[in-house]
Amino acid sequence: MSLRGPLRVFVPVVLALTVGGLILLVLGKDPIGYYSYVMERSLLRWGGAQETLTRMAPLLLIAAGLIVAFRSGIWNLGGDGQFLLAAVASAALAPALIGGVPRGVTLVLCMLAGSLVGLVWSLLPAVLKSRYGINEIITTLMMSFLGTSFANVLIKLVLRDPGTTVPQTRSLAVDDRLPRLFGTTIHSGLLLAMLAVVGVHLMMTRTAFGLRLQVLGANRAAAVHAGYRVERLTIAAFALSAALIGLAGAVEVLGVWGSVRADWNPALGLLVVPLVFLARFNGYAVIGFTLFFSALMVGGESAARRVGVPQHFVLVLVALLLLFLGLVEYLDQGRRKAAGT
Amino acid sequence: MSIVAALSGITKRYPGVVALDAVSLEFHAGEVHVLLGENGAGKSTLVSVLAGMQQPDEGTVIIGGNPLRIASPRHSIQLGIGTVFQRPSLVLSLTVIENLMLGGSWLRRLARAAALRRFRELATLLGTHLDPDAPLAGLSLGEQQQVEIMRALWRDAKLLLLDEPTSMLTPQGVADLGRMMRNLRDRGVALILITHKLGEAYEFGDRISVLRLGKVAGGIDPEALVAMEESGRTATIIRLMFGLEAGEAATTAGGHAAELAILLGRKIHGPAVVDRSQPPVLRVREASTRAEFAETPLRKVSFELWSSEVLGIAGVDGNGQKHLAEMIAGQRAVHGGALELGGIDITQGGVPERRGRGVRYVTDDRLGEGTVGALPVATNLVLKEVGAPPWWHHGITDWAAIHAHARVLIERNDIRTPSALTPAGKLSGGNVQKVLLARELDAEARVAILNKPTHGLDLHNQRLALDRIGTAAARGVALLVISTDLDELIEISDRIGVMFGGRLAGIVDNDAGAIDRVRRLMTGAGAT
Repeated sequence: MSLRGPLRVFVPVVLALTVGGLILLVLGKDPIGYYSYVMERSLLRWGGAQETLTRMAPLLLIAAGLIVAFRSGIWNLGGDGQFLLAAVASAALAPALIGGVPRGVTLVLCMLAGSLVGLVWSLLPAVLKSRYGINEIITTLMMSFLGTSFANVLIKLVLRDPGTTVPQTRSLAVDDRLPRLFGTTIHSGLLLAMLAVVGVHLMMTRTAFGLRLQVLGANRAAAVHAGYRVERLTIAAFALSAALIGLAGAVEVLGVWGSVRADWNPALGLLVVPLVFLARFNGYAVIGFTLFFSALMVGGESAARRVGVPQHFVLVLVALLLLFLGLVEYLDQGRRKAAGT
Repeated sequence: MSIVAALSGITKRYPGVVALDAVSLEFHAGEVHVLLGENGAGKSTLVSVLAGMQQPDEGTVIIGGNPLRIASPRHSIQLGIGTVFQRPSLVLSLTVIENLMLGGSWLRRLARAAALRRFRELATLLGTHLDPDAPLAGLSLGEQQQVEIMRALWRDAKLLLLDEPTSMLTPQGVADLGRMMRNLRDRGVALILITHKLGEAYEFGDRISVLRLGKVAGGIDPEALVAMEESGRTATIIRLMFGLEAGEAATTAGGHAAELAILLGRKIHGPAVVDRSQPPVLRVREASTRAEFAETPLRKVSFELWSSEVLGIAGVDGNGQKHLAEMIAGQRAVHGGALELGGIDITQGGVPERRGRGVRYVTDDRLGEGTVGALPVATNLVLKEVGAPPWWHHGITDWAAIHAHARVLIERNDIRTPSALTPAGKLSGGNVQKVLLARELDAEARVAILNKPTHGLDLHNQRLALDRIGTAAARGVALLVISTDLDELIEISDRIGVMFGGRLAGIVDNDAGAIDRVRRLMTGAGAT
């Protein structure tokens, strides 16, 4: 018997939670208490659930961006730089525009600006990769370091709001931020993120452009052989990926924070990488994993204060999940091979 | 003569199949032992047992009188067994000499001077002219195989296994290999030669054994082989290979006509009728390509190709054949010179433009660039049409249409796949080639380039591929067939061109004397 469908995810989740529970026991904490607190806090309480869903918006947009890149065989690991620069750009632009143009126009322009900034920050690695075949893992990571530092420099030297003591950009009033959904605290960026991740999935699976990207990702020589414009495809995949990650930065600022403080870096870019792998680059599956992770984050932060389990334990759970998903997959393949099917 | 190695009751089972069934064979010093048999008869399993890659379920290998199990490839080498596999298994990022030094001890320093001495020794023995410092990636498959043979001989092997070593070689290469095998045999080495060609079995073999469905069906020992007439040998072997009754063998061979044709090198297709009063379909004028590291570029190649014509391209691997194919397909830029298709200049423009005009290319690198292994067969069948109607409308994929199209092609071309959605990488080599042939030799094809269309295929699939070439020519397609198998080119071509050092050394009509002229050109004798 081989594991099918939901069971394939369910079994590793249970295993990860069990081993995670054992670790908690060793640390002298009550695993049942921790898990039930996390779940109650992040999903069962209305306020917590809203927080969880709000937290999903940037994660989903980053996931959409990573799926485009990874499926095209491009390892864009520069998400943090692209995200942060885009966040700073939209945070700087929004208060400046809001007096002059209507709120809707301001928000759209700021999101476009965020996407554009993310895109621009990926151009150098994109061109180096497509023209000279230079490994994008190195170049995107380097650009990410530069990007996060540059964002700080901008906040501290150029965009600093003189009215505050802590260096930060001017703030966008709560009423001017992304509209909330149906009287909740969840902003409409979540809707946009859902659309983006589903749109990316449909693009990759149902369009000629998506198929070309997949061929490029699976076998670059075959893409050359079949006559695709490999250089352009590479740059396009990079641009789309970075634009979506940039959009995530803009949405987070316009929806939640309203401004960017110096030294603020949620470092979501690399956090989403394992989620995208867990979902095997599938746009629908990544929604589920993002919800799971988001709930863990929201519950875990609170649990750090209430139950005394460090917030980083959430990452331990994600790592365990990744491990067990891989293990189950490996055992399953071995079994199918042995069965000769 | 003394027995170097013997197999005693070797049985190897895989799920659902017995690959070797109580096989017992003896390999004598100073003897070339030929193993014949259809694909799936167990030859490759036998090789991997001796090479230490597979352990038998039952039975033992006896080396120098001691029954033992060959636990690993390292053990096999220590026992003095050298193996040349069908597919080169070398490290492409290293040079020739580095590849040869790889097997050494972990702790010892790499003794380059000693290795070079050994390299020159073997190069003299084999008659090769490889540069020891050339990176492997730049060598052709044929040249890589020469390195592979050197590596197998590196430690003075007492038993040398050659698994279809001639399939990639030119006639000159085959002759060289034969000379080398005789040299080794005279030095007391036991050789095992696996081949699909009876001619080679007779020419090089001292003893012949035939495997059939995992069992030793029988054989011809040295005394009988010398005593027998060729027709008698052939009748015996065919009877053993296909399990036929004695009388039936020579005439019909019970539905094995295709395999027999290759076995005997018999000509099936007469050349199609080519009408040279019409203008040629393809005209290549003094076309050159840019040199790339360790690749031979084209130097002012000119020829014309007519509708329904099969132009064979012979030559030792690595003399510019790949550049020629890629240049015509549009995958490689033309640097100087011109290409004309049906009177229209197509010098500029890449693969999509050329393909739109009916240029097709069946690459020899079927898994590396011809297909995307991770994607389904159906997708691979439209890989070069992505974005084009009727399967795409405004960029949106019509998967239903693509899958229906795939099912038709799978049915029509007898592609053996569980479904149209199976990843292409799971198909056997023969079926991958069927996918490529179905994709390239479609109704709109006008000029088709086929690079080594039968390389690495079993007899049945070789036959099928050659048949497809014949049918395409009959339909009016102009075909350029690149191959290192001269017999094959003689069989299917109207004319044969020879590549040497990036130039087209000459084109000869495929008549009675063609083979000698082609051989002369292949050595560079006719080139200026």
